[in-house]
Amino acid sequence: MKILAVCGMGIGTSIMLKSNAEKAAASLGLDADVEVADIGTARGAAATADVVLTSGELAAEIGDVGIPVVVVDSFIDGDEVREKLSTALGS
Amino acid sequence: MDWLVAVAQFIVNEVLSVPAYMVGLITAVGLIALRRSTGQIIGGGLKAVLGFLLIGAGADIVVAALDPLGRMIQGAAGAQGVVPTNEAIVAIAQDRFGAQVAWIMIAGFVLSLVLARITTLHYVFLTGHHILFMATLLTMVLATTALPTWLAVVLGAVLLAVVMVSLPALAQPWTRRVGGDGKIAIGHFGTLGYVASGATGQLVGRTSRSTEDLKLPEGLRFLRDSMVATALSMVIIYIAVALVFWARQGTAAALDMFPPAEGLDPTVGHFLMQALMQGLQFGIGVAVILYGVRTILGELVPAFQGIADRVVPGAVPALDAPIVFPYAQNAVLVGFLSSFVGGLATLAVMASVFNPAFGLALILPGLVPHFFTGGAAGVFGNATGGRRGAVAGAFVNGVVITLLPAFLLGVLGDFGTANTTFGDADFGWFGIVIGYAFRAGDVGGVVIALVVAALLLTGAMAVQKRAVQGGWDPGARHEKALAERAEGARAEQEAQKSAEEGASRQDGGSAASGEDAHGPER
Repeated sequence: MKILAVCGMGIGTSIMLKSNAEKAAASLGLDADVEVADIGTARGAAATADVVLTSGELAAEIGDVGIPVVVVDSFIDGDEVREKLSTALGS
Repeated sequence: MDWLVAVAQFIVNEVLSVPAYMVGLITAVGLIALRRSTGQIIGGGLKAVLGFLLIGAGADIVVAALDPLGRMIQGAAGAQGVVPTNEAIVAIAQDRFGAQVAWIMIAGFVLSLVLARITTLHYVFLTGHHILFMATLLTMVLATTALPTWLAVVLGAVLLAVVMVSLPALAQPWTRRVGGDGKIAIGHFGTLGYVASGATGQLVGRTSRSTEDLKLPEGLRFLRDSMVATALSMVIIYIAVALVFWARQGTAAALDMFPPAEGLDPTVGHFLMQALMQGLQFGIGVAVILYGVRTILGELVPAFQGIADRVVPGAVPALDAPIVFPYAQNAVLVGFLSSFVGGLATLAVMASVFNPAFGLALILPGLVPHFFTGGAAGVFGNATGGRRGAVAGAFVNGVVITLLPAFLLGVLGDFGTANTTFGDADFGWFGIVIGYAFRAGDVGGVVIALVVAALLLTGAMAVQKRAVQGGWDPGARHEKALAERAEGARAEQEAQKSAEEGASRQDGGSAASGEDAHGPER
């Protein structure tokens, strides 16, 4: 499966999110690839992903992309990322 | 033994001197340290190489698009005009200094971990692109001296490591006020602007209410998309400059600017549409560079982070500016607009005073630096001084990021004429300080640079000890003043609510208890 981590530029905060998402996926026993994207390319990148992780303000910007868009309040809170990811994937 | 020498030469000249391969190898080493699978190591290393080549490709596009702009500004204003864009200047410099930048970046990161481990400054600076930019800036400034390469790398690494642990500490009292309970720090080289903004907020906004009570138009949110923001701002700048150039230099000069295709007569329409196209070209150039940066950092930063977790457990991660955006989203927009106005006001002063008097280049405001640093400055100003603090603080940031790049051009050697430069505040002041240190000769320069580094480090440790561990809160007065104001309002609400609850109980209904337990949103 593929997880998309989105922030405004795709080079700062989303990479932190990527690290935490990778850790979360590993602890949930998922075989997941995590990619980063900026807000401009997020909608396009979402077409080939299974789930999107992003912040509240950007989630509105991404809108409906046909896959779950998970709002993460604190990108550096590994526990939060793990809980929300497992809830979204229903595992 | 000739073949051995030949092999060694081949490795040094054809592999280690090629920045793209260097970055790929370093990334692969980081991934090996994280014990990733073979496939991930090969893929990650290759991605980093490709990312680096993408940066170079983007740089070519940017340079091609900037060239006519520079000539038109020269014709329109009679002065050098510069649009600070970190990505552009870094990409242009990679060509000449790539390997040295990579070494400074890696050595600086390792040294910063050592400093984070042995001093009280337990900050791990994880904003990869800013480490890259600062490493590039130091390389460029040191390249104007006669230092041998190894010494330039060592000195650059020391300076880089010092700013990586010191600046997050200096901003930490304000960052903690913004949010995150001290678990995060700001690791972004616009620190001077943020601290200035926070301090300005303290001065002007003791009783000003938070920006978060405002209703702002959603229409400006599209500027979060940096590709749109960059292209849009460059198109506007390009068209404006083209019109002034046309008015000043006459139609003939304008028609000469962009020769039309074979067999067509040059027209003013063609000139203006070409100006628009060059603005769009600049936008895609920066987008390509960013794509390259993203490709590298997506591999490199997790590797850095994995190493950092092992070396400095429990460290505070120092992160990119947008990490503070969620704490005050309205302040981001207020700050952006105010910073931009500050940039324009400073440009006006430059054009009318500084340029004629000192021949200083004109710094045109770029939307991206103003959005990111202005937005963050707005959040810092709001945290200590509410709306007035956000407006005034971000305005100060706008002035700072317009003035500093102009003076920075003087220490970048022959890159001073590149039509672009570093945009954020810390690149400006740090580059200027180190650059001017070497006016005292090479030996004196090294000594002064090391003294500056020592002062920064001790200053940061003093702030860490007194303010961060001592619990000094720059927003305390503001909070108290607001609390007093809110107290009156809350008492009124409570009275109203209890009256309503009393009424609903009389109807036999039960009052919703979960709905009124919200604390103030932060």
